[in-house]
Amino acid sequence: MIQGQELAISTSSLTKQFGSQKAVSGISLSVPRGSVFGFLGPNGSGKTTTIRMLLGLADASEGEIELLGHPIPKQLEQALPKIGALVEGPAFYPYMSGRNNLIRIDSADRFSEAKTRKQRVDAALERVGLSNASKKKVHAYSLGMKQRLGLANALLKPREILILDEPTNGLDPQGTREVRNLIRSLAAEGITIFVSSHLLSEIEQLCSHLAVMTAGKIVAQGNIQELRNESQTRLVLKSDRIDELVDVLKGQGLSKISLKSDHVVVPVPTEFDVATLNQLLVKKKFMISEIRLEQPSLEEYFVNLTGEGFEVVR
Amino acid sequence: MFAKSLSMSLMLSELRVMFTRRRTWAMLAAIALIPILLALAVALTAEELAPGEGPPFLSQVTQNGLFTGFTATLLALPLFLPLTIAVVAGDTIAGEASLGTLRYLLIAPVGRLRLLVVKYIGTVVFALAATFTLMIAGIIIGSILFPIGPVTLLSGDQISLAESVWRMAVVAFYTTVSMTGILAIGLFISTLTTVPVGAMAATVVLTGVSQILDNLPQLSWLHEWLFTHYWLDFADILRQPIELGSFASNALLQLGYVAVFGALAYSRFSTKDILS
Repeated sequence: MIQGQELAISTSSLTKQFGSQKAVSGISLSVPRGSVFGFLGPNGSGKTTTIRMLLGLADASEGEIELLGHPIPKQLEQALPKIGALVEGPAFYPYMSGRNNLIRIDSADRFSEAKTRKQRVDAALERVGLSNASKKKVHAYSLGMKQRLGLANALLKPREILILDEPTNGLDPQGTREVRNLIRSLAAEGITIFVSSHLLSEIEQLCSHLAVMTAGKIVAQGNIQELRNESQTRLVLKSDRIDELVDVLKGQGLSKISLKSDHVVVPVPTEFDVATLNQLLVKKKFMISEIRLEQPSLEEYFVNLTGEGFEVVR
Repeated sequence: MFAKSLSMSLMLSELRVMFTRRRTWAMLAAIALIPILLALAVALTAEELAPGEGPPFLSQVTQNGLFTGFTATLLALPLFLPLTIAVVAGDTIAGEASLGTLRYLLIAPVGRLRLLVVKYIGTVVFALAATFTLMIAGIIIGSILFPIGPVTLLSGDQISLAESVWRMAVVAFYTTVSMTGILAIGLFISTLTTVPVGAMAATVVLTGVSQILDNLPQLSWLHEWLFTHYWLDFADILRQPIELGSFASNALLQLGYVAVFGALAYSRFSTKDILS
């Protein structure tokens, strides 16, 4: 899939089985270094389980993982200090201040330097805009503030990979934009960012690469531009005498024509010649009020892959 | 040395977390209340107890306030002390899991064995704090309400004030050692669940079961293997010369429990999927 590039995260046929159910079934991820990799899928598709396996919190039932070239879980201890993560929402000791929470987690890291601890904690708080609330107890934090504190925790040390599970959950539009900017600036520093979300709109603006997961499987993966191109171009035509129009289109070798009340939609090749078709139709005296080529949005592509609707798939 | 100092900072952090919790202080305050209530009850009822009536040492309290600490320890041992111990031990892993902080500690990375060891030592420090709280609160309230002086030991000998304070420290230490077994059991149970209250309750229940079994004469072969068996045997420390026989058997038994349940906790925790 993605070759000739060094990979920050790679998995091969990674599987996690809970009882008889496969939460993750045989996925192979290739996350190039320096990319902003969107990990997209509806709720319950297995994203968080995958992230747990990447971080050694859960054992894989089958398959292999490599983080920055370290096989996981064998060399977990070498890999983890280079990785900052936010997994399934932030979690802190509510009876301690935000700052003391970060100091606590940094003290747990046996590879982090005690001498620079306070300085690093303050820098991380500053970066996520929490300096003023750093002395408040976490139980007085709003969800958005906890989310920021979680991000600060991921940024306690210089990292090579950031794994962010739904980083904008619970944030207001303002906060969402700030997080997006933060991710952009981190990516600009060359950090590989692996960000999961169930919202395409969030990912689309940020990511260079994308993997779409549904019901435990990866259904699409790659460079976001390539994925866009994969989606089928469509011709939209609005005219009178629609039934006759359909026959004409069929005569042009087009198929899978779908008939709407006052217009038709036809899948066509990307380099379809609209002008020539238009000329032909005008010659046949059709009253054309609209003719255009349409590229489906990534949103539609996503829905096509994962299925629409509110139902939990399994 | 480097690695050691880093574990030290995790240890200090663990203690800081434990002692910033209001719950920890509330439990220590409740423990301190035991000798205080006991001394007040004795002081307010002028009625003399016949020797042998009521819990051991109770009749001595009015003659020598120093006995308040011993008596309070005896009263707290069967239920109250193990209750607070179970709260702390049951909370170790399950508490972090229910908060969700466990996953962040593990990806820090803390190292699972290192976390278990630090958590366990933290609970032992709490047990030490609890038993010394009992003793010290006992000495303070006893010296306020009653005369204090040289202590007459069970063997009939008298020891000086300084010597008796030293003996009280040994008794508090003995009681701490007595708690190490149940602390290890609590730690193990705590790795089995993400519901801290469940782990706490299970630990208390096991303490009760062990004490009940220890009272059934039909099971006398089992008694010396029960972790509660030597809990009340600190009377030997109050003899002259000091007898450390029960101290040694107690320490050995507790060490056995720590080894077995420590190993169980590690084998469970080192392979556990952290899904909370």
